[in-house]
Amino acid sequence: MRFRNLFIGITGLAVAAGSLPAMAQDSMYIPLLTYRTGPFAGSGIPIADGMHDYFKMLNERDGGIGGVKIVTEECETGYTAQKGVECYEATKGKGALVYNPWSTGITLALIPKATNEKIPVLSMAYGLSAAAMGKTFPWVFNPPLTYWDGLSVAVKYAGEKSGGMDKLKGKTIGYIYLDAPYGKEPIPLLDDLAKEFGFKVTKYPVPGDKMQDQSSQWLNVQQDNPDWIIMWGWGAMNPTAVKEAAKVGFPMDKFIGVWWAGSEDDARPAGAGSKGYLTLNFTAVGANYPALQDIVKHVFDKGNSSVKDKSKIGESNYNKGVYNSMLMAEAIRAAQKITGKKVITPQDMRLGLEALDISAARLKEIGLEGFAAPVKVTCDDHSGAHAVYVQQWDGAKWVKASDWISPMKDKVRPLLEKDAADYTGKNAPWPARSEACPKS
Amino acid sequence: MLYREAGQFKTTYAEDMAVFPIRQDRIGIAVILLVAYVGVPLFASSFALTSVLIPMLVLTLAAIGLNILTGYAGLISLGTGAFMGVGAYACFKLTTAFPEVNVLVWILASGFFAAAVGVVFGLPSLRIKGLYLAVATLAAQFFLQWCFVRIGWLTNYSSSGSIEAARRELFGIQITGPGASDVARYLCVLTLLVFLTWIASNIVHGRIGRKWMMVRDMDIAAELMGVRLLPTKLLAFAVSSYFCGVAGAMLLFFHYGSMESIAFNIDLSFQILFMIIIGGLGSLIGSYFGAAFIAALPIVIKFAPQLVGLELHSAHVDQATVMIVGALIIFFLIVEPHGLARLWQIGKQKLRVWPFPY
Repeated sequence: MRFRNLFIGITGLAVAAGSLPAMAQDSMYIPLLTYRTGPFAGSGIPIADGMHDYFKMLNERDGGIGGVKIVTEECETGYTAQKGVECYEATKGKGALVYNPWSTGITLALIPKATNEKIPVLSMAYGLSAAAMGKTFPWVFNPPLTYWDGLSVAVKYAGEKSGGMDKLKGKTIGYIYLDAPYGKEPIPLLDDLAKEFGFKVTKYPVPGDKMQDQSSQWLNVQQDNPDWIIMWGWGAMNPTAVKEAAKVGFPMDKFIGVWWAGSEDDARPAGAGSKGYLTLNFTAVGANYPALQDIVKHVFDKGNSSVKDKSKIGESNYNKGVYNSMLMAEAIRAAQKITGKKVITPQDMRLGLEALDISAARLKEIGLEGFAAPVKVTCDDHSGAHAVYVQQWDGAKWVKASDWISPMKDKVRPLLEKDAADYTGKNAPWPARSEACPKS
Repeated sequence: MLYREAGQFKTTYAEDMAVFPIRQDRIGIAVILLVAYVGVPLFASSFALTSVLIPMLVLTLAAIGLNILTGYAGLISLGTGAFMGVGAYACFKLTTAFPEVNVLVWILASGFFAAAVGVVFGLPSLRIKGLYLAVATLAAQFFLQWCFVRIGWLTNYSSSGSIEAARRELFGIQITGPGASDVARYLCVLTLLVFLTWIASNIVHGRIGRKWMMVRDMDIAAELMGVRLLPTKLLAFAVSSYFCGVAGAMLLFFHYGSMESIAFNIDLSFQILFMIIIGGLGSLIGSYFGAAFIAALPIVIKFAPQLVGLELHSAHVDQATVMIVGALIIFFLIVEPHGLARLWQIGKQKLRVWPFPY
């Protein structure tokens, strides 16, 4: 008797939940796990807008991909793995083609689930580095490069600027990072590289709830006085770190952020102090590309974009959102070509992602010439370890500060293999890959 | 009319003291258990099971745990989230160290680790009460969370710092880890919850529970009547933390499958505290009501507009959820400060005399 009301409610709910709206047959459904709330919203909003607008543009301009419209739906995660899992559970039944978790924590939670339920996960340059081992993780893709690749580029850049990798010996590299799966991911490689090149590593973890108060970390930085600082930050952590670095007078041209610390809003708040700040990047900045102009024309000008201000189109994080959607769109095209179907399934999507090959010519075709380096994913390498460049903040905008730099693939690959084996050991019994590699 | 106990005579003391003295209540419980065990697995969708029922039932257990401490023994705790974390990390360590033992055994055993930690942080409760004790348990929250992040051994030195539920079976059916069916996980959660609720009910209705309530109502009087305060309070901490620890392990193994230390933060502690305040302090049924309210309502609000075909921006829904839940909490506390359990009691009383109220 006592529980009766409760269960009437629950059964009613269960019935209601059973009748989820069915998706139309002539469209493809992609849930977008985004965050427009919480401490990471500053980074999350432009990305969500970019992802959205590219698909909207394709729908408007070309009538979708291969004549099939893309239906997107946002699900708010607030960057937390818990809500991310809820979003995954709520949307997977609607025929989700692919998941973009946009958080390393969510990626880690989804890898086993999605592998089991055979839905691909596209964690573009984030997530589990070892997921690049396509033979072990057939359902996870992390092009264009992994965190470990990125870290190796940062160290390489520091070495080159110091006058050669051997000059790093005896130097100190500080590593300031978000104390979450995301920031911890690169540490094993950093320790390895430190041993190999003889530099010292000092680590400054920033807890997720203290992102906006980094005074103690930067006090330690002043004490240790490292020669270089590499930062793995996200959301509100980045502008705070840049401001603090400027305040303690750390030389900004010795301060390298990862690509997720390279948005305009990360550097701008520090004012003149942030001039010279460096970050890695794999997409160009600016809206001077035909595809982005099409977004302005077909989406923004018609009032369909969630972007309020036109100048936001072309900003660093917005462009990463566009790039992410472009990867998905190209994978869908590839899958349509392989299977000959118009409306593809998640299984087909996996084939498409694994056959992803975006050459410079193809980039030009889709109106993104020079926007990013060509990307090729293979069955063996789901990431590809593609080159990135270093950009520098000139006080008002990002300017390219280096050529495309290739990661130290020879150093990263063995570690990836080891970590993949480690992962499968910890998550035993990990299902062996049953999907055949496409013939190349 | 239907809910009337006329003609039900109690001829023994045991009958008079029963937890469900009225026949209709016993029938009601049987019907609910039948629905929960047969109806829900047969008819509920995967979404309802995984996103609504499983988290709700797990958090109910945590709410029962906190209710034992706060509602029955009168000791405020803000460390519930951390105690749940102790259970989750203990269970993770135990299952990875001894994979051959059944995972259910380890889930139940992990509660003892949480209980041990709870007793340590419960020690100040002899000297301090109320807000001061809340601060002491807050220290437990921060200290334990620091441990989860900093002690690599707890996560088996995972590079990402997260813990994962391994694949484990019961009677040849996979119940934890990726690939475990929703129904199997639901039934495990339900069974553990029913079993532990039964234990809790027996504790709070017996000698120990009465001692806790004496301490809660007036500790000096209780002491004068021969209740030894320290063992009683520490037992409350131990039992409460045990329940919270088991709930934490269940949250990891049956719900999320993979968790970071941040999941066991102060927000979780507050969430559980709201559950027992909304549900009703010192009431087991209140823990169920409170958990249903706080855990399930946001999910329902979040996904209800989609079910009726309304297109709302997900970020707006998220913001609206926070506001609606906040407003409802205030509304309920104004209307009935003793929680939903009290409303239920009043309703039952009215039903007993219906249709001839006096």
